[in-house]
Amino acid sequence: MKYESSLKQAQGLGSAKSGVHHWLLQRITAIALIPLGLWFVGFFLFLLTSPYEEAHAAFLSPWTVTLAVSFIIALFYHSSLGMQVIWEDYIPHELTRWALIMGTHLFCSFLAILSLISILKVFLT
Amino acid sequence: MLSAPEDIKRPLSPHLQIYKPQITSVLSILHRGTGIVLFGGSLLWCFWFVSLAAGKASYHQGQALLLSPLGLFILLGWSFSFFYHLCNGIRHLLWDIGIGYEMTTVRKTGWTVIFSSVLLTGITWAMGVMKWKGLL
Repeated sequence: MKYESSLKQAQGLGSAKSGVHHWLLQRITAIALIPLGLWFVGFFLFLLTSPYEEAHAAFLSPWTVTLAVSFIIALFYHSSLGMQVIWEDYIPHELTRWALIMGTHLFCSFLAILSLISILKVFLT
Repeated sequence: MLSAPEDIKRPLSPHLQIYKPQITSVLSILHRGTGIVLFGGSLLWCFWFVSLAAGKASYHQGQALLLSPLGLFILLGWSFSFFYHLCNGIRHLLWDIGIGYEMTTVRKTGWTVIFSSVLLTGITWAMGVMKWKGLL
């Protein structure tokens, strides 16, 4: 998916960077996180004081796993985009800023994959 | 040749500490602050999924940590940050579609965000305690 403003698409000019893409995806993931986040809070609240067997059984349902996987993808994508803006605002040194942004994106991707694999392991075994 | 820019003491534009805190600025700073807290929280959820996949013993170890005083304090901070960022996020999304720019409306929605995030955090914890005591 690549989002650009209509004018930028038409002219083939404009910024070589990806501001509109970033802006839109931050909002799309935000909207997704309203229901997904509320679902996760209720889900976690119930399991927090339940035994292991109940948590394990919960992750055998395709509905739960689909919601959890969607939550994780939206959460880490949104976190990554949000942290990028914070680095861009406060780190004036270009190389440091670039390293922090790349580091955050890689770190978030790694955590998302680790979470997804863990959930799928419970679901599939 | 002109002297290097770092030699010149240029006047700086006033920053945060110059201004009196207002509901608009405080809520804006809180939105970013809670966002950072939630980024840290995402690590917690990752560990929770990993502990579940690792089996019963590690899951119960993680659960004991979450239910310890420190764990509950972290969860309290996370839950308030979540509800604040959620409510203020909706306020931001409304601004994005052009709604709520009147100064009186900005203040009104600001206070609404504060009250609803405290209320939602309270309701969540009341439900959590009820579940713990076997009432739910």
